[in-house]
Amino acid sequence: MPLYESVYIARPDISATQVETLTADMTKILEENGGKVTKDEYWGLKSLAYRIKKNRKGHYSLMNIDAPAAALTEMERNMRLHEDVLRYMSIRVDEHEEEPSVMMQSKSSRDDRDRDRGRGRDDDRPKPAAAETPAAAPAATEESAPAADNKETEV
Amino acid sequence: MSRRPFFRRPKSCPFSGENAPKIDYKNVKLLQRFISERGKIVPSRITAVSAKKQRELATAIKRARNLALMPFIIN
Repeated sequence: MPLYESVYIARPDISATQVETLTADMTKILEENGGKVTKDEYWGLKSLAYRIKKNRKGHYSLMNIDAPAAALTEMERNMRLHEDVLRYMSIRVDEHEEEPSVMMQSKSSRDDRDRDRGRGRDDDRPKPAAAETPAAAPAATEESAPAADNKETEV
Repeated sequence: MSRRPFFRRPKSCPFSGENAPKIDYKNVKLLQRFISERGKIVPSRITAVSAKKQRELATAIKRARNLALMPFIIN
């Protein structure tokens, strides 16, 4: 059976447990059609890079799937119908990664970066505490450094 | 160096060689280094990514964009 990786984004106003149930539902659909889910991850409520159906945030979930193509199409059909799913993407992979993906490994540091990147753009988030601002400043300078490097080599 | 003012030292592909990072659409932190300030994919002549890896990288960035992990455009 081919291996797939499936990520979906759920609406932000549902709870984390509801996302888990949604993943369980999708797993059930796959199993009924002769597939199985080897790993599932919940990445948490993350801010989206752009708005999807007027939402600025979403619950991200990943599933590693080993299932026949028919089972995957059936799952995708159900995701399309489901109101809580903002977006999904399934891709075929040659092999699954066993250990937790990058999203799980660098969860805390990534959240910090997301916060100072999105600050100027959309302000629906609470302002970060004053103590965090000095920490954010070096991160910003670090980001501009590679850009300057590029210009140098261009000459 | 002073003899040839336009001498460019050879750069190697950041995704070749041992312990090079694997290109993955989930690794936003890595992909972020290969987009411009506007959110465009930086050409490989600037980043020195090999042609094969640049294709892989472009696919990964586009996947990340679809999942709203990365922006299509930054204003």
